[in-house]
Amino acid sequence: MAERTQIDVSGVTEERPARAPDDATVFELQDLSVSYDGNAAVKDVTMAISEKQITALIGPSGCGKSTLIRCLNRMNDLIPTAKVDGSVMYHGQDLYGPDVDPVEVRKRIGMVFQKPNPFPKSIRENVAFGPQVLGLDHVEDRVKHALERAALWEEVKNRLDSNAYGMSGGQQQRLCIARCIAVDPDVILMDEPCSALDPISTGRIEDLMTTLKEDYSIVIVTHNMQQAARVSDRTAFLIVELDSDEDNRWGQLVEYDETDKIFTNPSDQRTEDYVTGKVG
Amino acid sequence: MARPPAGPMSERTRLATAGAHAAVVGSLNRQPSRDVWRGRVFLVVLLIAVGVALLGLAAVIVQSVVKGSPAFSTDLLTEGPSRVNPESAGFRPAIVGSLFMIAGVIILIVPLGVGAAVYLEEYANNERWWNRLIELNIQNLAAVPSIIYGILGLAFFVRGAFDLGPVVVAGSLTLALLVLPTVILAAREAIRAVPPSIREGSLALGATQWQTIRRQVLPASIPGIATGVILAVSRALGEAAPLLLVGAATFVTADQPNPFEGGYSAMPVQIFNYALQPQDEFRTLAAAGVVVMLVVLLAMNSFAIWLRNRYEQQW
Repeated sequence: MAERTQIDVSGVTEERPARAPDDATVFELQDLSVSYDGNAAVKDVTMAISEKQITALIGPSGCGKSTLIRCLNRMNDLIPTAKVDGSVMYHGQDLYGPDVDPVEVRKRIGMVFQKPNPFPKSIRENVAFGPQVLGLDHVEDRVKHALERAALWEEVKNRLDSNAYGMSGGQQQRLCIARCIAVDPDVILMDEPCSALDPISTGRIEDLMTTLKEDYSIVIVTHNMQQAARVSDRTAFLIVELDSDEDNRWGQLVEYDETDKIFTNPSDQRTEDYVTGKVG
Repeated sequence: MARPPAGPMSERTRLATAGAHAAVVGSLNRQPSRDVWRGRVFLVVLLIAVGVALLGLAAVIVQSVVKGSPAFSTDLLTEGPSRVNPESAGFRPAIVGSLFMIAGVIILIVPLGVGAAVYLEEYANNERWWNRLIELNIQNLAAVPSIIYGILGLAFFVRGAFDLGPVVVAGSLTLALLVLPTVILAAREAIRAVPPSIREGSLALGATQWQTIRRQVLPASIPGIATGVILAVSRALGEAAPLLLVGAATFVTADQPNPFEGGYSAMPVQIFNYALQPQDEFRTLAAAGVVVMLVVLLAMNSFAIWLRNRYEQQW
């Protein structure tokens, strides 16, 4: 694929990031924009997310990272006022095509949320829920495998029938990850998965992510840029743009590149200001 | 009593701290007396309000127990009514009739009430005007006087379209309509109490909306729904006005095995009948009936509270 270079957009010169030629792509976003009730939340995001890697979305509050990630598994469909423009291609297929069923989309693209949200059931029932509603077989084996993969099996193997709410926050989040893995997705989206957790649980989940990326493509939103620097392979940096009368704010993609480059030698001054802490 | 800082100190320190010390001394203890008295008066008013409510309730209970105590015996529950012989009269057909009727009410209100609540909470788009109209109507229906439901039942169930006659089923249908809004509102509250994060978690796994409702939302809202149903049933048990219109008889000697045929009686109606009799013994019987009903209602409401507390979900 040819490298795209300087493109003049209404007087502002932008350099579109090149896609690394060897990496398989799982998502291709093209001019993706989201608005809520007419107010733009995210504008014109174009990027390609690579397979079996961890891609991080960083940026200040309000830059639309969560809105963006929710487009990838059509969770924004649940918000009646949300409108999505542009395209999201998943393995070459338009995710928002007229014949596409959001339920099928979510079977392949799972999500872990900011606040752990286990169901008010036992641990076993939590992990088994996905396979059961999807009609998968060997549910017990899947439960065990998913809990092992989420580094939770040893801690809960003797109390699988106890209530999920009896676990600590870090364990609950790992349970949510196990629940997600149990349906054997292709992609795992994580919306600030560690922001409600203590540092030790955070560290455990970050370790978990690096093992999970062998099997799943992972996209993570994080407000903690050191976390992005620790775990991700590629990082996208978004900022908040204001229009001239400062009434509307929306998110804009500034730079998207290998994590090392973003943090050590970014191309855009705004990126450098953010990662060095000059700007919050 | 407040003291100045202890121990030897320089004159400078003593002077420096004396002003601050004097300003603080006593001010932490004292409140403006006007506010203190206002607070006390308000507390007394609240206690009086609670006292009056409890007193009213106690008066009903005590009066019924005292008045009805001569009639307390097993005959009360096992014997049928008698126009002639109040000593051996009882409430049996009325109790049986009430039970049959309540069974019918429960069979009707649970699927209809829960179904309506699920539709309103999970499927209906609140932007659409007809959904808001439905919601407004349900809230209004909950406040409609029960006698109006009696007239409705008489017009449509006993006569008119259904033409069932004055049978138990007609009574069940009428009372079911009466308490259905209550069940719908309670079920809506219970469903609404399930946090959106649970629904999102389920949908994010690839479950359909119906799977999410059936396997996550409804099981989690069962305690609230059960409480609503029990409270609705408690209300239905005590309604006399609609039943009088729909034809609950006041003198039925045999128990009715067939809810679609034959006359029936119900507790409130029987009490009403006994209370109107000139003989004092019948009025004693009516008071005893009131006590029986109070016991049943108290038991049901206590069960509802226990159920709610036991299964209350801490999210």
